[in-house]
Amino acid sequence: MTANCREKLLEKYSAKVYKNRKEHVLQLDTDKSNTIAANTRAIPGVMTARGCCYAGCKGVVIGPLKDVCVITHGPIGCGFYSWGTRRNKAKPDENTDKNFIPYCFSTDMQESDIVFGGEKKLEKAIEEAVELFSPKCIMICSTCPIGLIGDDVQAVAKRTEAKYGIAAIGYSCEGYKGVSQSGGHHIANNGLMRYVIGIGDKQPKTKFSVNVLGEYNIGGDGWEEERILKRCGIEVKNLFTGDASFEGLKSAHLVHLNLVMCHRSINYIAEMMKTKYGIDWLKVNFVGIEATCKSLRDIAAYFNDSELKARVEEVIKDELATIREDIEHYKKKLNGKTAGIFSGGSRSHHYQDLLKNLGVKTVIAGYEFAHRDDYEGRDIIPNIKEDADNKNIENITVTKDEKLYREIKHGDVAELNAYAGMIPEMCKDDIVVDDYNHFETDELIKSVKPDIFLSGIKDKYSIQKAGVASRQIHSYDYSGPYSGFRGAVNFARDVAMAIYTNSWALVTPPWKHKPMLTGQIKEAK
Amino acid sequence: MRQVAIYGKGGIGKSTTTQNLTAGLGEMGKKIMIVGCDPKADSTRLVLGGLAQKTVLDTLREEGEDIELDTVMKVGYAGIKGVESGGPEPGVGCAGRGIITSIGLLERLGAYEADLDYVFYDVLGDVVCGGFAMPIREGKAREIYIVCSGEMMALYAANNIAKGISKYANTGGVRLGGLICNSRKVDGEAELVSAVAKEIGTQMIHFVPRDNAVQRAEINKKTVIDFSPNEKQADEYRQLARKIDGNDMFIIPKPMSIDKLEAILMEHGILG
Repeated sequence: MTANCREKLLEKYSAKVYKNRKEHVLQLDTDKSNTIAANTRAIPGVMTARGCCYAGCKGVVIGPLKDVCVITHGPIGCGFYSWGTRRNKAKPDENTDKNFIPYCFSTDMQESDIVFGGEKKLEKAIEEAVELFSPKCIMICSTCPIGLIGDDVQAVAKRTEAKYGIAAIGYSCEGYKGVSQSGGHHIANNGLMRYVIGIGDKQPKTKFSVNVLGEYNIGGDGWEEERILKRCGIEVKNLFTGDASFEGLKSAHLVHLNLVMCHRSINYIAEMMKTKYGIDWLKVNFVGIEATCKSLRDIAAYFNDSELKARVEEVIKDELATIREDIEHYKKKLNGKTAGIFSGGSRSHHYQDLLKNLGVKTVIAGYEFAHRDDYEGRDIIPNIKEDADNKNIENITVTKDEKLYREIKHGDVAELNAYAGMIPEMCKDDIVVDDYNHFETDELIKSVKPDIFLSGIKDKYSIQKAGVASRQIHSYDYSGPYSGFRGAVNFARDVAMAIYTNSWALVTPPWKHKPMLTGQIKEAK
Repeated sequence: MRQVAIYGKGGIGKSTTTQNLTAGLGEMGKKIMIVGCDPKADSTRLVLGGLAQKTVLDTLREEGEDIELDTVMKVGYAGIKGVESGGPEPGVGCAGRGIITSIGLLERLGAYEADLDYVFYDVLGDVVCGGFAMPIREGKAREIYIVCSGEMMALYAANNIAKGISKYANTGGVRLGGLICNSRKVDGEAELVSAVAKEIGTQMIHFVPRDNAVQRAEINKKTVIDFSPNEKQADEYRQLARKIDGNDMFIIPKPMSIDKLEAILMEHGILG
């Protein structure tokens, strides 16, 4: 790869845009520290891939709670376009038929609701939801106009609790808040911590119980992780929040250890549960074969139980034997290839591990809405400058719960309650992009020419049409799971398929040979 | 059809002035419609003799889009037509959006007949958001009069409104026609308001003296010209009506800096 492709990319910007973007685009230099600017406003017109605060709260964290009626309070578009597009899978728990994931609840506000206020319509919607579905919990997610007209969704939630005797939580997650989805994750975390986690008393059955935080069960990833953990004898209390439930989350504070998958979207809860209940958290990665093995071994080391450790080794041995032949097959096809990954706030790190197992080197990695700690590690958190935008999102502080706080005796784990970030795992000259945009994607594909580019629906087709194979790493197209051992095989198959059937690279559009329009130049009289 | 918007500080007497002035124009034989753009819906009670009609937004909410114009528009003194936009209770919803919706609906219902000489928009005092600027956006009202007095806060508000007008004047073609001084019996009031008007680039189109005849007429739900046509105050409103009818000074205002405004107030002895 050319050593100066960062400069070549940035030099095309105007002076003002250059000044901003140069802090967000790195070409890694292993000799010095790699500092990146992140979690700041996108430049208008730059075609960022980011989403909004509502998308982060409703779409990512709250939406996957299967036994909760999550009502989008606003005009119909926000509800409709966040309905069933993320592939977070769920099935009803035992002894209940409550699974509202296939539904979309919205107040469908009209002009007169905007003018006269929408609280009445919201209450009517709640009444209908209670009558039809009798949920144990209702959550209300606010869209932009709600903040402008000042509907008090928290007051409506309180009235709902009094009237129906169920839980109800209102989120002021209007789309315009914060600089990206990330603000919405934080708001959702605060709500769950304040009103849900800690109100239940269902004790775990074993002494090795965990929550998998930041696992949204896209394409069934969480289920593959649960399968493996169960085989090892580790009790999974909550996949958090993929295939999660209000019922389950209520007692989430009684587990022995929190595992963190997506650090960006859920680290707030991990930290607050540590402070309030004394539960340690362990950054794990179940994407990647080696990474999964390491994560399992870390968990066993934490619990420091020889029987558990032995069982983990047995499971690893058995699982590896099962997938070895498939992985070898795909590795032969993929060895030596290069990849780019643009994702939300965690996967660009996670998938580098899996790609490495298949002989693929990641040369470009970017995030939509990550913060500096996701790139550089949590050690730099005290150095992150606060600005008006991040102060705009409430930061709640919790204190030690004297009754429920426990200190759990544990063994040595290298990194506990810590995360070193993505950059330390990358190499010299690799490109790291924060808040990536359409132009930068196009340019990097031209200059770096990776064999495969993992990104989302917004840029998938423009990447393919540029002749580079592409897979959606947000939703896995129609495939998955990609996590754990079996998921690794699925991923290897899909990537090999994409690279070896790269049809867009094989066709030449007609305008490359002859013009689509013809005309004549006449001399001026 | 001249479309006129009346702005000014809250409580300065916009609705009273608008209705008394339109009564004068009505007496002259002009065909007039008043559109009240205030959620309180009290812009037409003097010409209609009380709160007579349902507001556009209440009707819209209760009966849907299929509205008869007669439900929301009533005819009062001198054939003046009155419409109230209405709006939500204080602290709820979006009154600004309500005004946009309501004017849009009036247009669709054909309230703006070709034979109207004047449409007056009586707008809530503080232009708190884009919705209240609706009458001067999108080429609706072309001329603005600001009601003020010699009190400092009224002039401060007038200067602020001038700022808003200058913003839309360059794109939408709206112009300021003058300041109407609704006297509060402040020292040197006429001179002060004239001086401010001159500085902004406009005129004090009329000085309306303070007179209890206005209150007497209001208690009886009438304009002065209607209730006591021979009072001196009735002639003041007739004069204001004639001046506006004959006005040809329409300018893009040049709002003052706060320092300049305060200097003028000092000069005329208010702050001194």
